[in-house]
Amino acid sequence: MTDQDMTRPAPLREAFPEDWHRYTPRQQIARYLGLLFAALVIGWSITSIDVIWEWVWDAPVQMADLFGRMVPPDATNLGTILLVLWETVNIATIATIFAVLISLPVAWLAAQNTTPNRATLWLGRIILVSSRSINTIIWALLFVAIFGPGIVAGIVAIMLRSVGFVGKLLGEAIEEIDPRPVEALEATGASRAKVILYAIVPQVMPTFWAVAILRWDINLRESTVLGLVGAGGIGLILQSAIDTFKWQEAATVLLCILGLVLLGEIVSAWLRRRIL
Amino acid sequence: MSAPADPASLPDRWSKPRMIRNPLLRWALWLAVAAYILGTIATLPIDWARVSQGFGRAARIFGGSIPPNFERSGLLIDGFLESLKIAVLASFGGVLISVPAAFMAARNIAPLPVFYLGRALIIVARSFHPVIVAILFVKAVGFGPLAGVLTLIVYSIGFVAKMLAERIEEIDFGQVEALRATGAPYLSVLFYAIFPQILPRLIGLSIYQLDSNLRASAMIGIVGAGGIGATLANAFGRYDYDFALAITIVIVGAILLSEAISGQIRKRI
Repeated sequence: MTDQDMTRPAPLREAFPEDWHRYTPRQQIARYLGLLFAALVIGWSITSIDVIWEWVWDAPVQMADLFGRMVPPDATNLGTILLVLWETVNIATIATIFAVLISLPVAWLAAQNTTPNRATLWLGRIILVSSRSINTIIWALLFVAIFGPGIVAGIVAIMLRSVGFVGKLLGEAIEEIDPRPVEALEATGASRAKVILYAIVPQVMPTFWAVAILRWDINLRESTVLGLVGAGGIGLILQSAIDTFKWQEAATVLLCILGLVLLGEIVSAWLRRRIL
Repeated sequence: MSAPADPASLPDRWSKPRMIRNPLLRWALWLAVAAYILGTIATLPIDWARVSQGFGRAARIFGGSIPPNFERSGLLIDGFLESLKIAVLASFGGVLISVPAAFMAARNIAPLPVFYLGRALIIVARSFHPVIVAILFVKAVGFGPLAGVLTLIVYSIGFVAKMLAERIEEIDFGQVEALRATGAPYLSVLFYAIFPQILPRLIGLSIYQLDSNLRASAMIGIVGAGGIGATLANAFGRYDYDFALAITIVIVGAILLSEAISGQIRKRI
């Protein structure tokens, strides 16, 4: 320590020590422990996973072989593919519209400040959680059993899955509104319906549109795989092309899906800019 | 400032300005949307006879699945542990690749050709649903957890690299300039000026991705990529609906649990 240090007042020395550490020793230890834990979990996974390691080293060769078979893409069935692609868009769009309509009352139930009582709050939450935690593919399996293979099962599956997502975000938006317009309307003796219509709806409108557009974008992606379990859309053609080893046609389908998703992203970005 | 309008010329009733001012265009748009919805729904091929049979079938599935059958819990636990391992390895590998990919895809530090390459990588990784990617990997490297890990690595890159690139684009550039002014080499700039700024986000994203990979690993097993989804698909295929329900209950429970845990961890970071 130098003389100069000794003359510095203690609080100053404490606030600006000579060698600066970003974390306190306790934080430092916690971070190392976290890192160690992560390393242990990764080590356990690598050593105990049921993988044939020869296949891992072989994987790049196999992948290159697979992609080699896809070139050049075969566009003879492009007409059919585009038609089914349109069907895929319809599945996503119709399902999103219905999901958004259904999620409105569910969000109203699941928001603490609008739900009539505790029982309805839990009812709303149970609907949201059960919808969100079961994957679209599993929903689709079930509805293919009910409606038979085809686009209807796909629409219902995507719709049920979306209600949880849209309803959750919408319910959170309702909980975050400014309560003053509600109080103002209540003070004038407005009916419950009027309060909702004039004090709550305008405040959640932007979120509503944003969530609907976001979900449409997601659903477009989800609807590309419905066909794999028989629930309509482009997945059906992809599956049959792969099963019959028509890799060049599969490549065309994959390119079409890529185009569809990109287009969906462009459209939803444009809509967001226009509406919000 | 313009002069206040003559009160007499103001309308008595105020109405909100419309987003599309031209009423003709507005109504045409509404009409087009209505026509699309009605047209699509009207042409839906619903075979009502099939649907009425379907309800019987659904009742049989549900009836067969209740009560859930936890007898083969050994199989269930094995499948679940495999899903966990797939998720852990895929998150680790995905994050490992995502970091350089994110640096490539950040406009403020990557040269233009590299930036386009990075962005293209992210777009392709994001565009394909994991189930499609899983099918391709299953065909390339065979059934089992390896295909699952590879699939979820691609899935992780699509999300982690995208979010991380956005974070890199938002960093405080003063620190980068300060280091560059001292003549620090490129790698030092990366490690001392950029990395500390994005590290918290990277950790948060990794934990989120682990959670999301666990969820996805249940789904990609249905096409043969290992994990609990494979167990579920087998049970469903063999009409073991009571076992399938048991698996579904465990999946939902595990997802809720991991969501709660990862939420807690992210809150503390």
